[in-house]
Amino acid sequence: MKRAGFDTIWLPVALLMPQLLIIAIFFYWPAGWALQSSFYLQDPFGFGSTFVGGENYTSLLGNDQYKRVAVFTILYSVLVTFFSLAIALLLAIKADKVIRGAKTYRTLLMWVYAIAPPVAGFLGILFFDQSTGPLTKFFQMFGWDFKLGVDYNATATAMVIVAVWKQIPVNFIFFLSGLQSIPRSVREAAMIDNRSATGRFWQVTFPLLAPTAFFLLIINITYALFDTFGVIDALMKGEPGNNPMTLVYKVYLDGFRGNDLGGSSAQSVILMVLVLILTVFQFRLMERRIHYT
Amino acid sequence: MAQVSLEGIRKVYPNGFQAVQTTSFTIQDGEFVVLVGPSGCGKSTLLRMIAGLEEITEGTLKIGDRVVNDVDPADRDIAMVFQNYALYPHMTVRKNIGYGLKNRGNPASEIAAKVEDAAKMLNLTEYLDRKPAQLSGGQRQRVAMGRAVVRDPALFLFDEPLSNLDAKLRNQMRIEIKALQRRLGTTAVYVTHDQVEAMTMADRIIVLNAGRIEQIGTPSEIYHNPASTFVASFMGAPPMNLIRAQVEQGEVRINGYDGLMPAPASQNGPVTLGIRPEDVVLDDHGNIPFRVDILEELGAHRLLHGVVGEQPFSVMIGKDDAASTGTATLNLKPEALRLFDPETGRKL
Repeated sequence: MKRAGFDTIWLPVALLMPQLLIIAIFFYWPAGWALQSSFYLQDPFGFGSTFVGGENYTSLLGNDQYKRVAVFTILYSVLVTFFSLAIALLLAIKADKVIRGAKTYRTLLMWVYAIAPPVAGFLGILFFDQSTGPLTKFFQMFGWDFKLGVDYNATATAMVIVAVWKQIPVNFIFFLSGLQSIPRSVREAAMIDNRSATGRFWQVTFPLLAPTAFFLLIINITYALFDTFGVIDALMKGEPGNNPMTLVYKVYLDGFRGNDLGGSSAQSVILMVLVLILTVFQFRLMERRIHYT
Repeated sequence: MAQVSLEGIRKVYPNGFQAVQTTSFTIQDGEFVVLVGPSGCGKSTLLRMIAGLEEITEGTLKIGDRVVNDVDPADRDIAMVFQNYALYPHMTVRKNIGYGLKNRGNPASEIAAKVEDAAKMLNLTEYLDRKPAQLSGGQRQRVAMGRAVVRDPALFLFDEPLSNLDAKLRNQMRIEIKALQRRLGTTAVYVTHDQVEAMTMADRIIVLNAGRIEQIGTPSEIYHNPASTFVASFMGAPPMNLIRAQVEQGEVRINGYDGLMPAPASQNGPVTLGIRPEDVVLDDHGNIPFRVDILEELGAHRLLHGVVGEQPFSVMIGKDDAASTGTATLNLKPEALRLFDPETGRKL
C-alpha cells in the first residue's frame, strides 16, 4: 500500500482538529462533568454541593426501584432487538424474492424510517388510544383490558411494539442489501447441493449474512437502550407513576425532574461503562468470528 | 451417466424476450457437448434450464428416462461448475466439497472418504482445511470441480468455468477437465463463448446464435462444413474468408475480379463465397490478384491480411514461406470452396 506523508505535523493536526474539538466539547467534557458530579450530592436549589464519595453508586445498587428499572431495560432491549431483527429479516427475505414492483415495495417499507421517534410515540398513542385505538380494540378482543399509561404491562407492550415498528426499516434495508450482496451463483450452487430451502437458508445464506446481522445486533441493542427515549417519553404521557421505563429515561427523570443531579450522574456513568463494554465486545467479535467473502 | 434429451424446449422471459427458440437435440450417454455462441445467444439460459435454475417455458427435458421439467435442481442428479466458482466462502474446502453429499444423507465416514479421494484426484489434499479466500484462482476452480466430481452425478454442467483464469492456466485446466470427464465417463454439457475451448474439448459442438441453433456437429464438421456464414465466421481463428461472388453457368466469379472457377453449386445468381485462410495458396502463377496490407506473425504460421477484388481477405502461410506486403497472386483450393446464400447466410 502506498503511504503518503506530511511535511509538517501541523497540517494533519489542523485537519483533525474540527473532529477532535467536536468530540471534546460534546463528549469528553460532559462525560468528565458527569463523572465528577457523580461523587457529589447537589443541593436541589443549586446552592452548592457536598462531596459524598461513592455514596451515589452504593445507594443505587441498594435501590429496589433501580434494580427493577434495570431488569425491565434488559428485558425491553432483548425483546425490541429480537423482534425488530427477526421481522426485518423476514421482510427482507420476502422482498428479495419480489421481482416485479420491487422498488415500490422497498420504498413503502422504508417510509417508517423517516418518522422521528417522538412522532412515532404519538402515532403509538393514537393506535393505543383508550376508546378509539385499533390496537387497544384488538387486545380487547382477546379479553385484555388494555390501558395505556395506567397498566404497567399494557404500557410496556406498547413501548415494545412502537420501538420495534420504528426500527424495522433500518434493519430491513441492511438485511436486504446484505442478501443482495450474496452472489447469485452461490445460492444457485446451494440449490443444487441442498433440496431444503430452510437448510439452505441456515447453512449458506445466514452465515454469509452474519457480518450484517452482527452489525445490526449491536446497532439495535444501542437503539433499544438509548434511542427509544422519545418513544418512552411520548407513551408515558409525562406520568411516570407506575409505568415501566428504561435506565436512560430514569437518568433524565431523576436528574431533571427529581433534581438529584449526583444520583443521575452516577447512573449515566454506569451507562457509559455499559456502552464501553458493548463497544469492546463488538470490535473483538467483529475481528474474529465473521467470515467475509 | 445418462442421455439428455431436449424436445421442443423454449424460453420466453416474463418481459416477452425470447431467449431460446424452440430447440430439440439429444446428448448421448458419456458425450461431451459444448454449447458455443456469442454473448446473449441463449447458451447459458439453455444450460440453466437443464440445471433447473431457470423455468422451462415450453417443451420436455429428459435426463435418462425421467422427465425433469418440474424436478427440483437438487433431485436432477446433476452437478454444476459456475463461472465464478460459486464456492461457499464460510466453509473450508473439505466442507465445500462434502456439502452436497451431506445433504443427501450419506454417512459421515463415507463423505470423508469420498472428499479425500476427490481431493487427491485434483491435487487439493493439502488445502482441505483452508477457506476459499485463501486459495488461488486455479485452486478455487479445482474445488469447484471437486464439488461436482465427488457426487458422481449423471450429468456435469459447466458454465464458462475457465473464463476467469489466465491464458496459461486455462489451457492446462481445459485438458484436465476433458481428461477427467473421459475417465469418469460422465455426460457433460459445457457452455463457452471461446471457440478454441469448443473445438478442443467437444465431442460435439452446438453453435447457437440469437436463441437459435445454427449447427450441431463434431468439431471437424463445424470447422470444415459450416452450415452458415455465422458459423463460418464464429468458429476458427482466423475466421473463414467470406466474400461476395456470382455463380454463372457452373462457374463462380468473385465481385471486382473477372477470373472464373468451377462452382460447387448449380444455382445461378449472387452468393457468398467462403474459404478458410489456410486453404488459400500463394502462387506466383496464381490467377487471383491479392494486395497484402498487413503481415501478422503468429509463430507457427503467418497471416497475411489484404484485399481481393476490393473485399477484405486473409491468407495463412507457413512460418518459413516468404511473404511481403504489396501485390501477390493466389490460388484457391477448389475442394475447399463453400457457398452460402447471401440473403439468409445458409449453406447452399
